[in-house]
Amino acid sequence: MSVRHALLALLSEGPKYGLQLRQEFEESTGEVWPLNVGQVYTTLQRLERDELIESDDGEAEAGPQKAFRITGAGREELESWLSTPPDMTSPPRDELVIKVLAALRVPGVSVHDVIQAHRRYLVELMQQWTRLKEDEADFDLTFALVGDAELFRLDSVVRWLDAADGRLKRAELEAPGLKTGPIFRRRLVAPR
Amino acid sequence: MSFLELRMVSKSYGAGAAEVEAIRDVDLSVERGSLVAVMGPSGSGKSTLLTIAGSLEDPTRGEVVIGGRSLSVMSRNDKARLRRRTVGYVFQDFNLLAGLTAGENVALPLELDGVPARRARSAGVSALEQLGIAERAERYPDELSGGERQRVAIARAVVGERSLLLADEPSGALDSTNSEAVMRMILAACRRGVAAVVVTHDAQLASWADRVVFIRDGRIVDQTVPPPAPESLLEDVTGPSQQR
Ligand SMILES: Nc1ncnc2c1ncn2[C@@H]1O[C@H](COP(=O)(O)OP(=O)(O)OP(=O)(O)O)[C@@H](O)[C@H]1O
Ligand SMILES: [Mg+2]
Repeated sequence: MSVRHALLALLSEGPKYGLQLRQEFEESTGEVWPLNVGQVYTTLQRLERDELIESDDGEAEAGPQKAFRITGAGREELESWLSTPPDMTSPPRDELVIKVLAALRVPGVSVHDVIQAHRRYLVELMQQWTRLKEDEADFDLTFALVGDAELFRLDSVVRWLDAADGRLKRAELEAPGLKTGPIFRRRLVAPR
Repeated sequence: MSFLELRMVSKSYGAGAAEVEAIRDVDLSVERGSLVAVMGPSGSGKSTLLTIAGSLEDPTRGEVVIGGRSLSVMSRNDKARLRRRTVGYVFQDFNLLAGLTAGENVALPLELDGVPARRARSAGVSALEQLGIAERAERYPDELSGGERQRVAIARAVVGERSLLLADEPSGALDSTNSEAVMRMILAACRRGVAAVVVTHDAQLASWADRVVFIRDGRIVDQTVPPPAPESLLEDVTGPSQQR
C-alpha cells in the first residue's frame, strides 16, 4: 500500500492533524509497517501540492500541528485507487522459482529435496503466523487481517511447491532424463 | 513416554505383483497435550497411517502403542473398547450414521459408553454449538450440507473427553472461517491434555500443529522444529517500527 493512499484513506474519515495521521497510520497498518516520521510529512506536502488534500494555513510546512482535509479530487483519487487491481501481469522475480528451476540442472542434487527444504521453511513460518493470529486476533482485527493475508500468500507458495513436486515426479516416470528449456520470461498482456 | 507411538510401522495391501506398500517404517510419537499434523500429497499414505494409529487396521509390520499398551497384545474386545473410550476418529468421508440425527450421532459414543442419554445429548449439543451448528441437531445427515456433516463428525470425535483424537482431512469440505473453528476446537482439546493427529495435504491446516511431519510415498521424510512462543515472535514482527 502506498503511504499516499493510506493517508488519503485516513483523511476520508474527517479532517486530522499531522501528528494524529502519523499515529493512525501506524495503528491501521497493524504495526507491521516500518516508516519514518519524515515520510508522512513529505507525503502530506506532496498531496497538498497536488490538491488532493488542503489545509487552512496553506503555506506553512507540513508538520504535527498542521490540520488537513481531503478535497473532492482526493476522494476521487482514493476511490479509483481502491478498485484498481495491482499489476499482476508479469510474474514476480521469484527467487524460489529460480532456485527450483536451477536445481533441475545441478547434477547430484535432488530437486525434491530442494523443494522439501523450502516447503518446511514455509510451513514453519505459517505455524508462527497461525500462533500469532490465535494469540492476537481476538483483540486486534487489523492484525488478524494482515495475518490472514500472510497465511494465504505463504500457502499459495507451498501449493506451488506441491504442484511442482507432483509435476516433476510424473515427468520423471513418463520420460526419464527430460530436459528443461532455458529460463526465460514472458509477460501477460494486461486485459483492458 | 508418548501417549501414541508408532514404531517402524509398515502396511502393505494386496499380495504378489499387486502388492502396494502404503506406508513404510513409520516412526511417530505424539505426547499428551500436543497436536501433530501429518502432511503429504494424495496417495502418500496419510489415511493408512491414521487407521493403523486408531486400531482400525493392523500393521503388516511394526508396533502401535497407545497409553502405554501395545495393540499387538490386545484382544479384539479390548481394541473395540479402546476405540470407544479412548479414540475420537474423524473419517475422511465423515461416516455419520444415516438413521440418526446430527445430535444423536454426536451423542452416540457417550451413550455407548454408558453415559445417561440426557447428559450425552446435552454434551453433544454443546459440542455442536462450538462449531456453530447447534440448530441443526435434529436434522439427519442427508439433510445437511457437506461442511455441516463434517462439523458433526468433528463434534462426535471431540465430545466425551477421549484422550486420542485422530482426524483425516478435518477441513476438507469447509471454508476458511469454519476450518478455523474446527482447528480451534481440536487445539483446545489438546490444551486439555488430548494427544491429536491431523492428516492433511493443506498447509494452512497443518500450520495449527505444534509439529508438522511430512510424508511422501509412505515414508516420513522431514518435520518442522516447534515454533517459539508467540510473545517472542511478536517482537520480531513489530521490531522495526517500534525502534524509532
Ligand atoms: N484397501 C486398500 N487396498 C489397496 N490399496 C490401498 C488400500 N487403501 C489404500 N491403498 C493404497 O495405499 C496408498 C496410500 O493410500 P492412503 O489412502 O493412505 O493415501 P492418502 O495419503 O490418505 O491419500 P488422500 O490424500 O487421497 O486421501 C495409495 O496408493 C492407495 O491406493
Ligand atoms: Mg486419505
